[in-house]
Amino acid sequence: MAKLTFREDLCKGCGLCVTACPKKILAISKTKLNHKGHAPVELTKPEECVGCASCALMCPDCVIKVER
Amino acid sequence: MAIVFQKPKSLTDAVLHYCPGCTHGIVHRLVAEAIDKLGVEGRTIGIAPVGCSVMAYDYFACDMIEASHGRAPAVATGVKRSLPDRVVFTYQGDGDLASIGLCETVSAACRGENITVIFINNAIYGMTGGQMAPTSLVGQVTQTSPYGRDPATQGMPIRICELLSSLDAPAYLARVAVNSVANVRKAGQAILKAFTNQVEGKGFSLVEVVSTCPTNWGLTPEKACQWVAEKMIPFYPLGVYKDKDAEAAKEAAK
Amino acid sequence: MSEKALMKGNEAIAEAAIRCGCRHYFGYPITPQTEIAAYMAKRMPKIGGTFLQAESEIAAINMVYGCASTGRRAMTSSSSPGISLKAEGISYLAGSDLPALIVNVQRGGPGLGGIQPSQSDYFFMTRGPGHGDFHIIVLAPATVQEMADMTRLAFELGEKYRMPAMLLADGTMGQMMEPVVLPEEQTDPAEVMKGKPWATTGTEMKRPHNIVNSLYLKPDELEKTNLARFERYAKLEAEECRWEEYLMDDAEICVVSTGITARVSKNAIAECRRRGVKVGMIRPITLYPFPKAPLAKAAERVKGFLTVELNMGQMREDVELAIRCSKPIAMCNRVGGMIPSVDEVVAAIEKEAK
Repeated sequence: MAKLTFREDLCKGCGLCVTACPKKILAISKTKLNHKGHAPVELTKPEECVGCASCALMCPDCVIKVER
Repeated sequence: MAIVFQKPKSLTDAVLHYCPGCTHGIVHRLVAEAIDKLGVEGRTIGIAPVGCSVMAYDYFACDMIEASHGRAPAVATGVKRSLPDRVVFTYQGDGDLASIGLCETVSAACRGENITVIFINNAIYGMTGGQMAPTSLVGQVTQTSPYGRDPATQGMPIRICELLSSLDAPAYLARVAVNSVANVRKAGQAILKAFTNQVEGKGFSLVEVVSTCPTNWGLTPEKACQWVAEKMIPFYPLGVYKDKDAEAAKEAAK
Repeated sequence: MSEKALMKGNEAIAEAAIRCGCRHYFGYPITPQTEIAAYMAKRMPKIGGTFLQAESEIAAINMVYGCASTGRRAMTSSSSPGISLKAEGISYLAGSDLPALIVNVQRGGPGLGGIQPSQSDYFFMTRGPGHGDFHIIVLAPATVQEMADMTRLAFELGEKYRMPAMLLADGTMGQMMEPVVLPEEQTDPAEVMKGKPWATTGTEMKRPHNIVNSLYLKPDELEKTNLARFERYAKLEAEECRWEEYLMDDAEICVVSTGITARVSKNAIAECRRRGVKVGMIRPITLYPFPKAPLAKAAERVKGFLTVELNMGQMREDVELAIRCSKPIAMCNRVGGMIPSVDEVVAAIEKEAK
């Protein structure tokens, strides 16, 4: 069981985490924009997250906090 | 639940101004993680360069000095000679370290100054809008090599780790990349070693980090990471180019 | 008890710097000031200080910048062409409000020039030792004793006003040997680091981080820092001008000169007085801040001025500004390393007197 917390306001929608996720359960939002005008990342299937932190490791902006 | 990953303490709350997908953010974090792990934030002084990371002084929570372009190793030398027990690091791009500051880089390495140098090699000058860097690849199109870098008139790219490995004094020279999770992990280890070396008084330690510049390469962040794998790493092989610890261990084993 | 020693001007600066707590010298060889580096190379290791022959004058000024950021009394020395190289670094020091000592023992120019003395960096040092709106304190010694005394003054004024300070000597001052009285008492190098809350020494997790920086991308912020700096300069100009007056009470001609030419001029003035010419001298000691007040006062009484310089006429312009072009200013100048003789200055004074 893993929990991810996202600082949506810091996300620039760069997509590096999306590529990094081995489970392919991250995606850039197609509906939301943050206050900077970036489409932030979303966790599509939270129950499948194993907390490997690959996403957090690739994130240049420390958007993701990982707990396990 | 235990925290497996969170933002390191020695990064401030300032929002990074870097482009989406720029790997400066990853390397800043790896440096901060090393400082946190060694518990030295209170006695660290960082030197910011001129380049995209000119405002690094706002992002690291330790004391910071803004250096003039290329001169960070000289500024670091002045700090380290003043306060030898402090941890002094420079963070420099390819223009700063390999062009205008090449003499200061080589001289500090030659003197074996006990400092840590983080070298961001993204084969381009980002801040000024995408001009050719000494590390730009042959054929690479930039604002000042609009027909592709031509070795006949613009020379060949420079390999810093290889160049510095010809010197006796440096303690640790390593080239890493941050274009994949596996590489980021290894980069973190190399950066930690470079800082640990300083704490243990081992001498000049430099980590060359092959990085991306999606904006000026004209690629998405994801494609930029692929470009690192396909084009940059073949020319800038990853690995350890000098490690006095390893050499000493080898000698001892004999 | 203070000791008296026969010393070369260059070496007097070095020894004086050490006695006022400087333990960090970064320099590069260039004639006619290399004795400072050589002296420091010998002395510093013996007292636990740093002597570092940098890879260039550019590297040296940047080492001073780093060292000064930590609150140390740091110094470098060079001569004219090397000072040109330091221009950016000096601008950074000023823009970051850092005290530091830069010594310029001037040689002939421009370009590679010559190795004989000059005073031809006057404009460069007083107007713009680098890009941007700023000043550095500029002190002009005329004796080996002043080379020593002004070293301490440069460090102290620099720290008081948070700006770089320069000892601007002509080549002869660096090379000549004269008796010097050096203070026996030594400043503790750790003492000089106190009272500098802005220094980057490491937070020790006890305070917010310090940033030594001159970059302000927001124009209103950059304007604010410039205005604040010039407020300090205004105070400096009001309170720290230094000059020497020689036989000015009844003078009809005022000679204005510094360094070796001031000494030649003193002899010329003595000779002219013997011949009945009422001539005196105002010798600026601070070139920035320039002693405008005594010159303006003299302009009310004298018939004319004579500047004697080792350049094509630089300090002359500051005299002109100080006296608001109210009286004629003649020049007796030599360049290239030539130094006017007493007879030449006598002739110039007598010509001006007519």
